[in-house]
Amino acid sequence: MGLSQEADRKIEEIKAKYPNARSAIMPALYMAQEELGHLTGDAIAWVADKVGVSPAHVMEVATFYTMYYKHPVGKYHFQVCRTLSCAIRGAKELTKHLHQKFGILPHEVSGDGMWSYEEVECLGSCGTAPMCEINDVYFENLTPEKLEEIIKELEATQPDIRYSTLKDAIGAGMKNTRSEVI
Amino acid sequence: MSEHLQILLKDIKEPDLHTLEGYEKRGGYQTIRKVLQMDPLKVIEEVKASGLRGRGGAGFPTGLKWSFVPRDTGKPVYLLMNSDESEPGTFKDRVLLEKNPHLCIEGMLIAAWALQSNWSCNYIRGEYAYPYERFNNAVKEAYEKGYLGDGVFGSSFKHDMVTHRGAGAYICGEETGLIESLEGKKGQPRLKPPYPAVVGVYGCPTVVNNTETLATLPWIMQHGGSEYAAIGTEKSTGTKLFSASGHINKPGVYEVELGYPILDFIKNECGGILDGKELKCIIPGGSSVPVLKADELEGVNLDYESIQAAGSMLGSGGFIVMDETTDMVEVALNLAHFYAHESCGQCTPCREGGHWIEKIFKRIAFGQGTERDMDLIKDLCKQIGGHTICPFGDALITPALSCMKKYPDEFKIKIERALNGNPVKATDLHYTF
Repeated sequence: MGLSQEADRKIEEIKAKYPNARSAIMPALYMAQEELGHLTGDAIAWVADKVGVSPAHVMEVATFYTMYYKHPVGKYHFQVCRTLSCAIRGAKELTKHLHQKFGILPHEVSGDGMWSYEEVECLGSCGTAPMCEINDVYFENLTPEKLEEIIKELEATQPDIRYSTLKDAIGAGMKNTRSEVI
Repeated sequence: MSEHLQILLKDIKEPDLHTLEGYEKRGGYQTIRKVLQMDPLKVIEEVKASGLRGRGGAGFPTGLKWSFVPRDTGKPVYLLMNSDESEPGTFKDRVLLEKNPHLCIEGMLIAAWALQSNWSCNYIRGEYAYPYERFNNAVKEAYEKGYLGDGVFGSSFKHDMVTHRGAGAYICGEETGLIESLEGKKGQPRLKPPYPAVVGVYGCPTVVNNTETLATLPWIMQHGGSEYAAIGTEKSTGTKLFSASGHINKPGVYEVELGYPILDFIKNECGGILDGKELKCIIPGGSSVPVLKADELEGVNLDYESIQAAGSMLGSGGFIVMDETTDMVEVALNLAHFYAHESCGQCTPCREGGHWIEKIFKRIAFGQGTERDMDLIKDLCKQIGGHTICPFGDALITPALSCMKKYPDEFKIKIERALNGNPVKATDLHYTF
């Protein structure tokens, strides 16, 4: 059990870019996560095998960093920034909205596998607070109302939200929440 | 609107600046061609003369840092750009990576030539997917043009550049934490010495510089170190990016000459306090520096020395403004939660103490504190400060101590509520979910 042939090929390319192949552990974990949704035992074994370290070492790395998911997350995973600048501009209301809307606690996944959310630490978007990251896309200058609009749009069109595939996948309503800090 | 000299943010609003064509059209990649003709040691001298200090937070002189790199070890020298911008309140490097990635690349090439380094890496925090994509595309463009790889700009100089994504750990912004992370490990900082300049990535001499620091180099090498040194104050030379957030009308990233008065910055750049409220306090340089109250800001300027004299630090330039309605107990709790969550877990005082401090602030915020809680926190801080491998321990205790020191009454009022059997309901908290 491993990853796709494409992943097998790409990881060799990545390893060659670094002075030491061990540096490829983090990129490899991202590749596995992107294919499998979260880091399964197979994913850990694949990374260990490709990079030439023990699965225990890979697990140690995977559990240290918060952006590697050790458990499944929803198709749309909301990360509300809770640190100071967002907090004093109303981040709590966003989390409260998600809690009420989805009826789940942080880190839980809704029954249909669509939604999950958590509070995270400073996302470097303090000038456009409060904000929320959905998968790896920032949505800024939010209010609970704007967040609700976004959720409705996600429900209706179910786009693939990742930066690499984003382009025109999202509707105008959502685009407006991507703001420029300059 | 800015009348300040714009070294880093010049042309930043041009929509095509992030492309190689857009950057070259505005004079980009001219300085590096000139630099490649220079003696690398002369480049270091020029940067020393500029007085440029590290913009990541520590403010260490950049040229001096470079001069610590030994040149006769026979080992390769590595250059790392620190774009792991995670200090709460800081979002300046993001703007450079998103809007002017080629300026960052040119800066990296200048540093690489000065250090005679053939391999560099930009470590970008994992959450910055968009800046990562922008920077990565810029690197691809530069490779296609022959500006990176074998024979940079047709010279015999070889330089390869990699973009590396972090994965959500604040501590990887500490340079040895970053190095550990890049080596495919947990980002736990190393004991110093040896410093990275001598023993860095994979045991080789390594220089770690902040994004903004490196992005300043093209201007310095174009205009000369002395011209840069003429800007700002005597010890804080040049311009600096400040990322302003909080209760202000115009949050954003602003470039001002160092030495600019803080009150002018709040009035002119930040557009004053939101909804016409009164200013309560600011955090001038990211959450790890002490709070400054409104009445402490008169005559204080945005430069390393002036802010230090006022009892705080310039840090990363993460400028957080709070209005009169801000609950300082909850501010202390919010930041204590941040540090407890982000501790790498290596040193016991920080790993355990961080959670203790958060727990005690939490019970004070909920009106369940006891009379000795403030002393207990001070005692914990004493046991953490200076007793950890990296400066995170000191960063952790700074907001806790400064909030209690500057606003003791706010803490006492909540503690008194507890003594009177009148706790705060969870729904009454302003910032805590």
